[in-house]
Amino acid sequence: MNSRHPEIVLPEGEIQKELQKKSRRGFLLGGLAAVGAVGAYEAMRLSRQDNDVPWPQRRVLDLNGKLWGDYVDNAHLMPSYPASDIGFLKANGEYGLDEEPDDQGNPPEWDGFKLEGPGLQPLTLQLADVQSLPRHEMITKFCCIEGWSVVQKWTGVRFADFTRKFLPPGANLTEYVYLATDGEDYFVGLDMKSALHPQTLLAWAQNDKPLTYEHGAPLRLIIPVKYGIKNLKRIGLIRYTNQRPRDYWYEQGYDWFAGL
Amino acid sequence: MPKLVLKHLLAIRWFHWVNFPILFLMIWSGLLIYWAYPIYHLGPIQLFPQWLFALFGMRFHLADGMALHFVFMWIFAVNGVLYVGYTLFSGEWRYLVPTSKSTFRDAWQVVLHDLHLHKEMPPQEKYNAAQQLAYTGIVVMGLGSLITGLAIYKPAQLFWLTALCGGYEAARLIHFILTMGYIGFFAVHIGQVVLAGWNNFRSMVIGYELVKDGERS
Repeated sequence: MNSRHPEIVLPEGEIQKELQKKSRRGFLLGGLAAVGAVGAYEAMRLSRQDNDVPWPQRRVLDLNGKLWGDYVDNAHLMPSYPASDIGFLKANGEYGLDEEPDDQGNPPEWDGFKLEGPGLQPLTLQLADVQSLPRHEMITKFCCIEGWSVVQKWTGVRFADFTRKFLPPGANLTEYVYLATDGEDYFVGLDMKSALHPQTLLAWAQNDKPLTYEHGAPLRLIIPVKYGIKNLKRIGLIRYTNQRPRDYWYEQGYDWFAGL
Repeated sequence: MPKLVLKHLLAIRWFHWVNFPILFLMIWSGLLIYWAYPIYHLGPIQLFPQWLFALFGMRFHLADGMALHFVFMWIFAVNGVLYVGYTLFSGEWRYLVPTSKSTFRDAWQVVLHDLHLHKEMPPQEKYNAAQQLAYTGIVVMGLGSLITGLAIYKPAQLFWLTALCGGYEAARLIHFILTMGYIGFFAVHIGQVVLAGWNNFRSMVIGYELVKDGERS
C-alpha cells in the first residue's frame, strides 16, 4: 500500500468505534449531498418557465446557442451526396399551409413576399426577382429535429446573394433575420451568420421538380445547417432585424439556435 | 490487528456519485429524444417502443429531452474529464488501467470464477483483470458517447468529427449502442456490488474498508 492509501491499525473494539464514526460522517454527508442534489434538481424543474423550458435550463441552452453560433463558419459545410442517395421526404409540417385549394384543387395564389428591414422601403418581391440571382443546386441531408434525415436535391439562390442584392447599399447588416408564412402562422428566426452560410438557399425546386404546396411552393427556405423546423415553407415575409426574432418552436420549448 | 484501509480517495468518490445520477439523467433524456424516432431493432424486436412506456403512463416530450440532454451533457463531460485527469494526476490509473499481457486471459478466469466454474482467482492488485477492463472500458465508452454525441449534435460545425464516426446515422447508432452498454454495465455492477457486500459498498461512501486479521487488503 502506498502513502496515498493510508491504513488505520487499531485493536478490535476501537476499530469498530472508528468505523462507526467514519460511517456516521460519510453517510450523513452523502445523504445531505443527495438530498441537496435532488432538491436543486426539483427546484430547477419547478422554476419559472421561459418559453416552455425552466429558466435555468433555458439559460444554458441559450449559452450553447451562443457558443455554437460564434463557431458558425462558411467553411463548415454539410456533406454533399450523389443523386443516387436521394430519398423520400415526407411533408412533416403543415403550419402556415392551411389555405383552401381553389376549385381545381390547386394551391391558392401566392402574390409574392414582403421584404422589410431597417432603412429598407418595404417592398413585395416575386419569384422572378429571386430567380434573377445566380442559381445553385445542392444535394444535402435534410435533418429533422426528431432524429431522421433524408438526402434531397434543392435548387435556388443563396440567401447571401439575395441579401447582397436587396439590402440597400451602405445599410448595415442586421444581426438576425426573421421569416414567416403569410399571416405569420409559422415563423422562424435565424442568426445572420447561418442565414448567410453558402448552403442557405431560397429554393423553388426539389429533386428537379417545382416545389409542391405541402413542401412550401413556390418558394421556401432551405438551410441544411439548421434542423428542418427552421426550413420555412411558402415564404410570405423576410425581415432583417437587430432584435432576436420570435421562433415558432422556440416558443414550444426548443432551442432558439437549433443549428447543426 | 484489524485495520481500516483507505480504498477510494475522496475525489474519486465524488466523481463516482456525481456521475451516477447524471448518467441516469442523460439516459432518461436520451430516451425522450430517441422516442421521437424509435427505429432500432434487435431482430424483429423494436427497442424501446413508445407503446411499452405509454403503458406505464410515461409521456414523450422531445423538447424536454433535448433541454435536459444539452444542459446535463456539460456536467457529464466535465465530471468525466476531471475524473480522468485526477486518476492520472494521483497515480490511481496504475490500478485501473490494464497493463499486463495476461489481462484478457485473467479477466476470463475472473468471469469463470464468479460464475462458480473455476475455483482459483488469478493474482491481482487493487482491482482484478475483469474490473480493470470494465472500469477502463467504461471511461473509453464515455469518451465515445461524448464524441458520437457531438457528431450528431453538430454535424455541420463538426463535419470532420461526424465523418470520423462514419456519418450522421452511424454516429447515432454508436451513441445508442454505447447507451445500451451503460445499462449492461450498470446491471453487472449492481450485481457485483450486492455480492461483494456491505464492507465494499460502504468504502465507496466513507472511503475506508475494514480488513480483518489475516485478510488481504
